[in-house]
Amino acid sequence: MGVFSSQSMIQVSYLVVAFLFIVGLKRMSSPVTAASGIRWAGLGMLLATIVTLAFMGASQTNLILVVSAILIGSVLAWVTGKRVAMTDMPQMIALYNGFGGGAAAAIAAVELFRGSEHSLTHLALAVIGGFIGAVSFSGSLIAFGKLQGLITKSIRFAGQKFVNLLILIGTVGLGVVVVFGINDAPPAISLFFALALVLGVAMTLPIGGADMPVVISLYNALTGLAVAFEGFVLDNAAMIIAGTVVGSAGTLLTQLMAKAMNRSLGNVLFANFGEGSSAACAGVNGTQKAIEASDAGVMMAFSQKVIVVPGYGLAVAQAQHKVWELCQLLIERGVTVKFAIHPVAGRMPGHMNVLLAEAGVPYELIADLEEINAEFETTDVALIIGANDVVNPLARTDPSSPIFGMPSLNADKVKNVIVIKRGQGQGFSGIDNALFVLDQTRMLYGDGQAAANQLIQAVKAVE
Amino acid sequence: MIDGIIALYIFMLAAFTGYEVISRVPVILHTPLMSGSNFVHGIVLVGAMVALGGATSTLEQVIGFIGVILAAGNAVGGYVVTERMLQMFLASGNRQKKGHG
Repeated sequence: MGVFSSQSMIQVSYLVVAFLFIVGLKRMSSPVTAASGIRWAGLGMLLATIVTLAFMGASQTNLILVVSAILIGSVLAWVTGKRVAMTDMPQMIALYNGFGGGAAAAIAAVELFRGSEHSLTHLALAVIGGFIGAVSFSGSLIAFGKLQGLITKSIRFAGQKFVNLLILIGTVGLGVVVVFGINDAPPAISLFFALALVLGVAMTLPIGGADMPVVISLYNALTGLAVAFEGFVLDNAAMIIAGTVVGSAGTLLTQLMAKAMNRSLGNVLFANFGEGSSAACAGVNGTQKAIEASDAGVMMAFSQKVIVVPGYGLAVAQAQHKVWELCQLLIERGVTVKFAIHPVAGRMPGHMNVLLAEAGVPYELIADLEEINAEFETTDVALIIGANDVVNPLARTDPSSPIFGMPSLNADKVKNVIVIKRGQGQGFSGIDNALFVLDQTRMLYGDGQAAANQLIQAVKAVE
Repeated sequence: MIDGIIALYIFMLAAFTGYEVISRVPVILHTPLMSGSNFVHGIVLVGAMVALGGATSTLEQVIGFIGVILAAGNAVGGYVVTERMLQMFLASGNRQKKGHG
C-alpha cells in the first residue's frame, strides 16, 4: 500500500474537490469571473470522478457497469445539452436537476436493499435523503414537462391538499417502518420509494407554469440536501460539502426569486395560483388597437427615449439579435435606449439577461425593475416584446387580481406603448392585461423576430 | 470515518459557505448560478459509483446502474448548459472591449 492508501488518496482528493467547487461557485457569482467559475467546478468534478474510479476497488463486473453507465449518461446529457436552444434552458436545468435527485434516491435504495451493517442514524439519513431525492426527481420531471409544453394543464381537484397530505403521511410512515426494520422486507422499501415519487408528481401538478422557476430552484436546493444526506451515509465528505453548499445556496436563491414575485414560498406551493382568475377579474374593458410596423418605426425614430421590455415571447421568437440591431439603429439616430428587465421576465430570473448578453447588448443599457421604474414617466416609447404579466398595471391597481402586489414595470406611464405580440391571447398566468387596452397603447401583431425586422426596415426608411 | 459531531460541523460550515457565496449576487446571474449549483450537486455521481461498485445482487446492480446514468446526466448536462450560458457573458464582454478600443 505504501504511504498513501486508497482511502487517504480519495479523502485528500475530495478536499481539493470541495475547494474547487466553492471557488467555482464564488467566481460564478460575479459577471466578470463567471465564465471561469464553471471550469474550476468542472475540474473538481473530473478529479473526483477519476480518483473515485481508480481507488474504489469494485469487482470487475461492477467496474464495467460503472464505466458503461457513466458513458451512457454523459453522452446523452452532452448531446441534449449542446443541442438545446437557449430559450429552453430552464426546463433543461429542471431535467438535469431531477436526474441528480433520482441518483440520490438510487443510492439510498441500493444501501437500503443491501441492508445490515448500517447504524440507525445511517438508515434514517439514507431514508430521508432518498425521500427528498425521489420527490425532487419526479417533481422536476413534471416541471420539465410543463415548461416543455408536454403537460399543458394544471390538474386540480377538490380535496387535493388533503390527498397530498395523506400521501405524505403514508410515505413518512413507510419510511419509519424501513428505518426500524419492522418487517425487514423489501416490499416496504419499494412501496416507500413509489409513494415518494407519487408525492413529487402530486405536489407539482397543481402549480401553475408562472411559478415554475421558483419550484425548480426549490427542487435544486432539495437535490443538494438529498446528496448531502447520502454523503453522510457513504462517509463521503465531497458529497456532504457540495450537497450542503448547494442546499443552502439554493434555498437563498429560491427566496430571492419568490421575493422578486412578491410571493411567499408557501403561497407558491399551496395557493393554486391563477385559479378562476379571469372570471373574477373585472378590471379589463376595452379593445386592443393595432398599428402598422412602418408607423411604429417612425414613432420610435423620432423619439428621445425608448425603453424596451422583453419577455418570454422574445425568447420564443429568438428575436434578441434583431431587437438589438433595431436598438443600435435608434442609438445611431441619437435616441436613448434602455432595456428594462423584470426579475421574473421569461421563465427564470436572469433568463432575459442571458439572451441579451448572447445578442451582445452591453450591460450598462440593461436596467432592473428598481433602477428603471421611475424613468418610464419621462420616456416617449415603451416597446414591449413578448412580455405580458410583468407589465400588467392590474398588479398595482386591482386587489382582486391574482397578480396583485407583484412588482410590475410601470409601462403604462409611458406616452406611447407599442406591444409586439403574436395574438390577442392572455399571458402565461391566464390574466387579461389592462395595459393592452389603454389609449396610448398600440398592438403590433406578429412573431417577435419578424416584427423587429419590419421595425428595422421602417427606421432605415426614415431620413 | 466521519463521526457524528464532526459531520455536523461540516454540515454547518458548508451551509454558511453556500449562503455567503450566493448572498450578493446580481439578478442577471441568478439563472446561470442556479444552473451552476445544479452542476455542483452532480457530485452525487461519485456516490452512485461507490453504491454500484459495492452492489451485491442483481436488483442492487440495476438500481445502481440507473443511478450512475442519472448522476452522470446531472453532472455533464449541468456543466454543458452552464458553460454555454456563461460563454455568452464572456462573448458580450469581449465585444464591449473591442467596441471601446
